[in-house]
Amino acid sequence: MGALQRYAVAAVVGLIALSAVENRAFAQIKIGSVLSVTGPASFLGDPEKRTLEIYVDEINAKGGVNGQKLQLVVYDDAGSADNARTFATRLVEEDKVVAMVGGSTTGTTMAMMQIFEEAKIPFISLAGAIQIIEPVRRWVFKTPHTDKMACEKIFADLKKRGLKTIALISGTDAFGKSMRGQCVAVAPKAGITVAIEENYGPRDSDMTPQLTNIRNKAGVQAVVNPGFGQGPAIVTRNFRQLGITLPLYQSHGVASKQFIELAGPAAEGVRLPAAALLIADKLPSGDKQKPVVENYSRTYQTKTGQAVSTFGGHAYDGFMILVEAMQRAKSADSSQIRDEIERTKGYVGTGGIVNMSATDHMGLDLSAFKILEIKGGDWTLVPDT
Amino acid sequence: MVSLVQTRLMPAIVIAALIVVLPAFFPSAYYYRIGVLVFIFALAVVGLNLLMGFAGQVSLGHAGFLGIGAYSVAIGPVHFGVPSWLCLFGGAALSGVVAFIVGRPILKLKGHYLAVATLGLGLLLAIVLTNEARWTGGPDGMSVPRLVLFGWSARGATTWYWIAGATFIVAFVLALNLMDSPTGRALRAIHDSEIAARVLGIDVARKKVAIFVISAMYASVAGSFLALFNGYVTPDAAGFLRSIELVAMVVLGGMGSIVGSLVGAVVLVVLPQALTVFHDYEQVLLGLIVMVFMIFLRRGIVPSLAAAFAGRRK
Repeated sequence: MGALQRYAVAAVVGLIALSAVENRAFAQIKIGSVLSVTGPASFLGDPEKRTLEIYVDEINAKGGVNGQKLQLVVYDDAGSADNARTFATRLVEEDKVVAMVGGSTTGTTMAMMQIFEEAKIPFISLAGAIQIIEPVRRWVFKTPHTDKMACEKIFADLKKRGLKTIALISGTDAFGKSMRGQCVAVAPKAGITVAIEENYGPRDSDMTPQLTNIRNKAGVQAVVNPGFGQGPAIVTRNFRQLGITLPLYQSHGVASKQFIELAGPAAEGVRLPAAALLIADKLPSGDKQKPVVENYSRTYQTKTGQAVSTFGGHAYDGFMILVEAMQRAKSADSSQIRDEIERTKGYVGTGGIVNMSATDHMGLDLSAFKILEIKGGDWTLVPDT
Repeated sequence: MVSLVQTRLMPAIVIAALIVVLPAFFPSAYYYRIGVLVFIFALAVVGLNLLMGFAGQVSLGHAGFLGIGAYSVAIGPVHFGVPSWLCLFGGAALSGVVAFIVGRPILKLKGHYLAVATLGLGLLLAIVLTNEARWTGGPDGMSVPRLVLFGWSARGATTWYWIAGATFIVAFVLALNLMDSPTGRALRAIHDSEIAARVLGIDVARKKVAIFVISAMYASVAGSFLALFNGYVTPDAAGFLRSIELVAMVVLGGMGSIVGSLVGAVVLVVLPQALTVFHDYEQVLLGLIVMVFMIFLRRGIVPSLAAAFAGRRK
């Protein structure tokens, strides 16, 4: 067989593969989503995807939006920014979605942003970092609170207790790094002095040396630990083992029952900021968010058999803000939907009460976080005043 | 003369013709994007295939070089104000130097030590990219300024289709020529029998280092293109899974077949896109299809099919 034929075969194989990409379906209103359902960020993408599917079905069962049914197109980027951008292009060019709710991580969100900006399609991101909405981009919004807010919330609580000089001990993982940066940045404005900084790797199993340094530093009045996963639990245990009696603050990254279990009795007295979703049953009955978070928790747990996570809550908020914007716009026109998303006022969600504006595409303030204290192996709400 | 053109440059001409003709069937910019990704990955895979198929060495950290290329065009313009095109060459040179430093001592040894060394190198690079947040933006990644050449800025999938397509053809012809050069013949001799090659007077270690450096530079250029095309780069560009993906493309297309590199890239870029119709089962199906390919086309798609056709002809 000649070379020509050989390569012709190769070319034909390529063409067949390309033509297989063709895939179309019809629906009234198409909403797109690119999430990290598998891969290292699947703890974000998986609850987000389930949440979107549950609520699209629920809205459709109630007759859809403006009399039209919704169709959700979800792609899995497996945590890769490169895949995310490909799927974003696909949502815009092939699926012709009118709006997008998704982007599990900051990296994937940042990689997709330009596609939606250029296509003039509203994009509600579910990722944390502040750079998504600062500077404000016309078509990009986000629902999760930022790390900066968690720092500010902790600092506000410190001030109330008359504490001004702190020690920071942070993890070197993505979460710990990002929050540490924000805390250091907002500290001077909040009147807080960071006297000493220590850090630990995500897989470290003993933080006694770092904490000893902190203990020996004169003038430290409290310790703040931005971190995610097991690290903060180990910090908490070592902290008590060293007999340090300073107030210890953890971050919203460990706001789960698992943290209390891991840290054991050492967790007693630890304070941390958290969204209302995780303490649905602890909220006072007058709280505006209480019915919303209770309802979402119940629905999610019955449909999936799993406990709620904050991340699914972000997807719920993003989707509901979009649905309400479409109802107000009485249209499925991307540009009108965008304008209405920006006009979102007083939306009560799992993450807080959202008031968007042309200069604020997240719309949350510090009331989105509650300060919790661990007492008797359970959360208690520290009153805000 | 005619036969020379037919045997050596024919595939390049056929592929070039395909690159030119295919856009006529593209309904949207999404297809251009897929095309660009195929060319970019094929570029890296051609380089890796030179190493795996001809020098008989495996690199399990090739995405590390992709990462060097990608972050060169991100860090250079952002932190130092160096133009992107210069950073692209700088990144390739840096990758070559790193490959030389790593390859020089290791390739003197027999066996697959290079695989272990590159595995470590790739992991180290990914850690550095994640931790040096001041320079790289950390795990969240960083924006990449557009490629500007003579005041003209390259943007959009259509433009990049032609840039990446043309670059791929050039790299493809270079690889074909390299294989027909004395170095290429020496490499094939090494691949068949290292001892015999040495007896014939071939400096085995030196040839292997040379091909490793070249393959690192191919990957680096691919990485730079990927970053410039996406406008954003995250450390997963240099991750271990990316390295495995590149090796899979080489093996699937056919080790030692330059055309196979393109086919491997086409299959592994296009297939995941086509399989999204199956929603939750896409990963399973992808694995299944790749397994079937490897069971029935054991030497890779191109060499196995070529052998089958040649056999039938007789």
